[in-house]
Amino acid sequence: MTKLTLEALRKLRAAKQDEMARREADGSSGTILIGMGTCGIAAGARETFDAFVRALAEHPTLKRVAIRQTGCMGLCYAEPTVEIAMPGMPTVLYGRVKADVVPQIVEEHLLKGRLVNDRIFDKPAVDLMKPRKS
Amino acid sequence: MHPTLTEHLLDLVQNAMDAGATFVEVSVAEEEGTITVTVSDNGRGMTKAERQKALDPFQSGGRKHPARRVGLGLPFFLQMVEQVGGHFDLRSEPGVGTSILASYRADHPDAPPVGEWPEGVVQAMALSDQAEMVFRRTRGDRVFTIRRSELAEALGGLADAEALDLARRYVRERHEEFLGKG
Repeated sequence: MTKLTLEALRKLRAAKQDEMARREADGSSGTILIGMGTCGIAAGARETFDAFVRALAEHPTLKRVAIRQTGCMGLCYAEPTVEIAMPGMPTVLYGRVKADVVPQIVEEHLLKGRLVNDRIFDKPAVDLMKPRKS
Repeated sequence: MHPTLTEHLLDLVQNAMDAGATFVEVSVAEEEGTITVTVSDNGRGMTKAERQKALDPFQSGGRKHPARRVGLGLPFFLQMVEQVGGHFDLRSEPGVGTSILASYRADHPDAPPVGEWPEGVVQAMALSDQAEMVFRRTRGDRVFTIRRSELAEALGGLADAEALDLARRYVRERHEEFLGKG
């Protein structure tokens, strides 16, 4: 295999710039936010993160979806938690998304535009919604 | 308790970002059977009282979750270091930043393995669009350094799945070279 240098990375991406610009223009990208606080990491969020990266990176219509990580989203009991914001769909917080659930979410939510109802946790914890002044 | 050092370091980088850092440097150095870990940032820093609270698992910074009373990242790391009979130091100054330093014997039976370093590096980079992050491993006179800015420049950003996957593959290759497997 060819050695993957920084220069090789530059060329790989440059070759796709036109295609990337078109995709951004038509708004077909989205964002996946993975909770990776101590609780998320303990529940397997690192494997979930890698599963999303691998599943989307090679997919012609999904490789421009942004993947971010964040701290605890307030649902430690339902980790790993994943918030998905895709154009034309409501922003959804899924819980208990271990790596083996990722293919189902990619197939249903990202590709077919259908919510995976039995994984939805729609309310963040109270302290995220209304910070108490204590 | 986290299974490997990389999980601890992810927690500590997240703390740095939560503290508003625009620069964080993580270093793991192995020399003559001793592992030395440092995590330094230029975040808002802590007073003496805040430093003590930061080591208490039943306290958190209180900015992200104002009503929460649990914060485990730093206490877990301290617990690990104490468990292996290591040395731990937390230096912090308001307005300047925070440095965490730990060292312990690599051959202690409870010393955690480094873990999946390349994946950890890329996962940490997905925490922030702007901050510079430097990840360094040293083994004797061999040094392996990855800078977020270099990867982001080469890939035109590190936000999307394709860029993150290419970054992961690149870091993994360089890391295997560092380990002598390349």
